[in-house]
Amino acid sequence: MATREEEMTTQDQTDEEVVEQEVDYNANPIVSYKDVHKSFGDVHVLKGINLDIYPSEKIAIIGPSGSGKTTIIRMLMTLEEPSEGDIIVDGENLWKMEKGNGEMVRASDKHLHGIRDDIGMVFQHFNLFPHKTILNNCVMPLTSVRKMPKNEAIELSKEMLSRVGLGDKLDMYPSSLSGGQKQRVAMARALVMKPKIMLFDEVTSALDPELVGEVLEVIRDLARTEEMAMVMVTHEMDFALEIADRVLFLDGGKIAESGSASEVIEHSENPRLQDFLKRFRAD
Amino acid sequence: MSKDFLTLGEVGWLENFINEYTPIDLTYWSNETFMEALPIVAQGIQITLLLTVTTFALSLVLGFFWLLLESTPFRFVNLIFYWIREFIRSTPPLIQIFFVYYGLPMLQFVDISFTPFMAGLIALGVHFSTYIAEVYRSGIESVPKGQTEASIALNMTKFDKWTKIILPQAIPPTIPMLGNYLIILFKEVPLAATIGVLGILQLARNFGSQNWSYLEPLTIAALLFLVMSYPTALLIRWLEDKIKRNNPSLKKARERVEV
Repeated sequence: MATREEEMTTQDQTDEEVVEQEVDYNANPIVSYKDVHKSFGDVHVLKGINLDIYPSEKIAIIGPSGSGKTTIIRMLMTLEEPSEGDIIVDGENLWKMEKGNGEMVRASDKHLHGIRDDIGMVFQHFNLFPHKTILNNCVMPLTSVRKMPKNEAIELSKEMLSRVGLGDKLDMYPSSLSGGQKQRVAMARALVMKPKIMLFDEVTSALDPELVGEVLEVIRDLARTEEMAMVMVTHEMDFALEIADRVLFLDGGKIAESGSASEVIEHSENPRLQDFLKRFRAD
Repeated sequence: MSKDFLTLGEVGWLENFINEYTPIDLTYWSNETFMEALPIVAQGIQITLLLTVTTFALSLVLGFFWLLLESTPFRFVNLIFYWIREFIRSTPPLIQIFFVYYGLPMLQFVDISFTPFMAGLIALGVHFSTYIAEVYRSGIESVPKGQTEASIALNMTKFDKWTKIILPQAIPPTIPMLGNYLIILFKEVPLAATIGVLGILQLARNFGSQNWSYLEPLTIAALLFLVMSYPTALLIRWLEDKIKRNNPSLKKARERVEV
């Protein structure tokens, strides 16, 4: 115990960037899901999701595969349209907009373009741009979306890429990187855009086991130092326990359990959750 | 017998060989006529190449328009253009050349007539654009869906998504296919001779009818096509290798497809 405390103090002394990470649950949530449903054809995947995400909150979503974890964050990233219900981002309805006569209609591309600017996402399969160097993967979105001057964008991108440990690979193409390195580039690319909320979609699932650690390390660093909210869909139970302020257990299309990591993962009495965790740990 | 016609000693052995060992009779072959026809038929190179290049350029541009016309927000419109394209693609280009040259001027509301060159350019350009559209489509479909999702997640505009992400990945892999269509087109261009475009074939035919010797000018025409299309094929192969070298991602992408 003493060693742990020592570690903590040295960390505090050496790393001044650490931001005080108390989530203010009285603040206005930056994202609210209001009774959101989603069906794919005949399959009713999400059956009424209600969820508030607060500024700088770190949320982990766990649950059996096929339970719709990924769909929840894909709807927020505007990659999937909800079948029913509303998603409110910073007070604005994401998927619906008001017509002149006050009627709510399906959001246009322009409406989505205006709102999703604050949202970033890291994908399971990286989705880097293979025809661009690592540096340009980060620079291009800054210059074309943020309209940032090129030299400024290059500076910022270099800084972010060194932060994820790839400062020496700037001119390489994604095809010559390992999975872990690709995923770290993908994180840098999302980070340079400075989103208010960052979504992680099973970012370690496509990686070889020995590469998982380096990616988790970057997320751990972000969770500790960045003020943005983070939502992680993950199978890394111990990791979720370590960094998440809140863990959601998704089952049968609904949020079955919600609470602090220790409440949900260690002390919940929900039999479905117990079963899920048991099967998981047995692997 | 045929030795009477020999003027070039160097090729004499070939004629001897053909007369001796094959059933082909070279009685009507004359090296003199061959040499006489060569410069005349070769004058057609310019027109043939010009028609090939302009037709190909037109089909490259129109190919994009087919894709745009078939991906409007209105399904009915898309379907109509799909069937128009399917119709053009499935009918012989010769009919289309005749239609544009002889047919269009007879439609009252159109009331334009084209020079043979323009008619050939339009008919072949439109016909080949239907193939080119298919090539473009295959290129676009080869770009993984994740690329679109990443562009959305970075909040790129639709225009940027297409010009900076999708097309730069979709077009390079299609260049060998486009090159093959260029060579096919080059060999289809003589169809325009039927409406009197003075390309290689038409000049060869004219020479033949004037001198009543078709063997030599037509051989020349074929040889001219060979010496132009074969190096082009080599050039395209070289270009393909070069693209692959400069674009490491491309090689990887192809390997992935093969797996």
